[in-house]
Amino acid sequence: MNRNNGNAYLDMELLRFTTAGSVDDGKSTLIGRLLYDSKSIFEDQYEAIKITSEKRGEDFVNLALLTDGLRAEREQGITIDVAYRYFATPKRKFIIADTPGHVQYTRNMVTGASTANLAIILVDSRKGVVEQTKRHAFIASLLGIPHLVICINKMDLVDYSQKVFESIKKEFQGFASKLNIQDIQFIPISALHGDNVVEKSDKMPWYGGPGLLYLLETIHIGSDLNLVDCRFPVQYVIRPQNDEYHGYRGYAGRIAGGVFKPGDKVMALPSGFTSTIKAIDGPEGPVQEAFAPMSVTIRLDDELDVSRGDMIVRENNRPQTCQDIDIMVCWMNTKKMLPDGKYGIRHTTRDARCIVRKIHYKVDVNTLHRIQDDLDVGMNDIARISIRTTQPFFVDKYQINRNTGSVILIDEATHETLGAGMII
Amino acid sequence: MLSYNLNHLRELEAESIFVIREVAAQFQNPVLLFSGGKDSIVMLHLAVKAFFPARLPFPLLHIDTGHNFPETLDYRDNLVKKISARLLVGSVQESINKGRVVEETGVNASRNVLQTVTLLDAIEEHGFDAAMGGGRRDEEKARAKERFFSHRDEFGQWDPKNQRPELWNLFNGKKKPGEHFRIFPLSNWTEMDVWQYILLEKIEMPSLYFAHERECVDRKGVLLAKSEYVKLTDGEKWEKMTIRFRTIGDMSCTGATVSHASTIEDIILEVAAARQTERGSRADDKRSETSMEDRKREGYF
Repeated sequence: MNRNNGNAYLDMELLRFTTAGSVDDGKSTLIGRLLYDSKSIFEDQYEAIKITSEKRGEDFVNLALLTDGLRAEREQGITIDVAYRYFATPKRKFIIADTPGHVQYTRNMVTGASTANLAIILVDSRKGVVEQTKRHAFIASLLGIPHLVICINKMDLVDYSQKVFESIKKEFQGFASKLNIQDIQFIPISALHGDNVVEKSDKMPWYGGPGLLYLLETIHIGSDLNLVDCRFPVQYVIRPQNDEYHGYRGYAGRIAGGVFKPGDKVMALPSGFTSTIKAIDGPEGPVQEAFAPMSVTIRLDDELDVSRGDMIVRENNRPQTCQDIDIMVCWMNTKKMLPDGKYGIRHTTRDARCIVRKIHYKVDVNTLHRIQDDLDVGMNDIARISIRTTQPFFVDKYQINRNTGSVILIDEATHETLGAGMII
Repeated sequence: MLSYNLNHLRELEAESIFVIREVAAQFQNPVLLFSGGKDSIVMLHLAVKAFFPARLPFPLLHIDTGHNFPETLDYRDNLVKKISARLLVGSVQESINKGRVVEETGVNASRNVLQTVTLLDAIEEHGFDAAMGGGRRDEEKARAKERFFSHRDEFGQWDPKNQRPELWNLFNGKKKPGEHFRIFPLSNWTEMDVWQYILLEKIEMPSLYFAHERECVDRKGVLLAKSEYVKLTDGEKWEKMTIRFRTIGDMSCTGATVSHASTIEDIILEVAAARQTERGSRADDKRSETSMEDRKREGYF
């Protein structure tokens, strides 16, 4: 918070980003550096990792230990799961989804990436673009992360060489042209020494771009959400049973796309009945406009039979209503996907069942090649499949709207979440 | 033209309201755990907004250790009356009387651990299938990997290695009979966000959070307030100090901070300048490096 201006905090935005990297490429050090240099580390946390570093016989305070969560991880020295970290500058609040780089990597990165505006991918300047770099970039593009920042790390170990930086950049661009990513930026850094992380480095005068933190603070995220196609999945119906609000009937939910206003002609799906928005109640009272991702309550002029799982849309801009859906699925369970398997499925606030009709191919996440001779879909596999649902869903393509283009598959016996699907 | 941007507090608010409504929609018999601390106050404030103008579709549950600050209980009772909520109280004293738990002894005795049993008993007795808590991921390292919807087995245990992946806004609250969920609507809030939101929304807070004079004892850096639950040991003495509380738990283990912050604005400046985590003053977290993780596995919030 800006101490000179008591209301500056009201202009702060929220940026969610994900970090991907393997054990040695300095990801934990980078996060530790961001947290430490932005003064988000408290003395007692710093003391704790200082003691641990000394116990381990390390020469310096290992900032990577800051992101070390559970006991099992500390014992084994690995990160098991997605961990969320928080820090803020006067301009923005940041949520980091920190994902590990080992075996269950794909599942975790997909989870972390699902809500991110931006992904940071670390490349070791001595190794250049490796298989894992491509895998990270592919998953970021598959999950529709709008912004990608490639941090070419350990520049100190290559004498801060511009030539090395430019050649890695060129190589990555060549590969990325095959992917669907709107915005890619490159920054030469040294996480260990802090070059171009929070402070701009004086060791790379040839680099004219911003440091990482400045980029994170200023990158334009205002247009990341779909504000064109109006989608309001009904989450809950509010009907107060008291005299004062007798007759109040409100549809509560979070706007998944577009801008809604009182007076708008709308249609409820699946019924197809139309009405006009009478009022929109936001958390602060009635509003004249509501947009994604606000949580609001919409009231209509007419009493329609609308309940959880229905969707309110504009009459002249409707999602596709369908039961046969093609998705890219990331499998997240040790139990393999069954051909013809039946699963629970959730789309927005709508629950149904589905059957797997066809497995088309798997994707080799390292080469992007399609695998057609092995259609066994297990943990961490990504596959294109066709499903049929027991009820119609109101869907958009994932690339058009992440909220109305995503589904999860659920085990009907154990109720575990098995897979994450992106509608094609 | 208006700009279609929410600031960070309104975005967090929208997310939390979505989660709370999702709980009401997906579960048969949810409950909101209310401790009287700032996080549960903010959570309750959001829950009231989520269902306005209807009343809360779930009751509140307070686990009363019997060692609460009287200010907390007064605040609780006033608030419950104001919003016409239904309040249930689970009593640790009753668990002790029934022989479900044994009171700790010794100078650092606390009922903090005991409340897990009372909580699990209350969940079972009332048949709650979801319990919302004000836990935040930034509080403690074991919480950083907690889900919004956290699955618990029939013993109320948390298995950090076997959590359901949580993607997009799609929260999976399906479960087998006997299992339940812990739900954390404030997962993505930090201590600073909570205070900024309290300021923005002008939420009335218990007096304990503001600077006042109180007799305390300095026990290994933790300032404990004078009460019948804290016994002095050799060399210790009560001293009058100007303090406030950053977190509110039991009188037996909640440490105070020396402070002159008398308004929410002062508190925000203090939090911004703080060099210790808020749980740094909690004696219960100092027991071992993994004490929070251990308690969570057993069913603590």
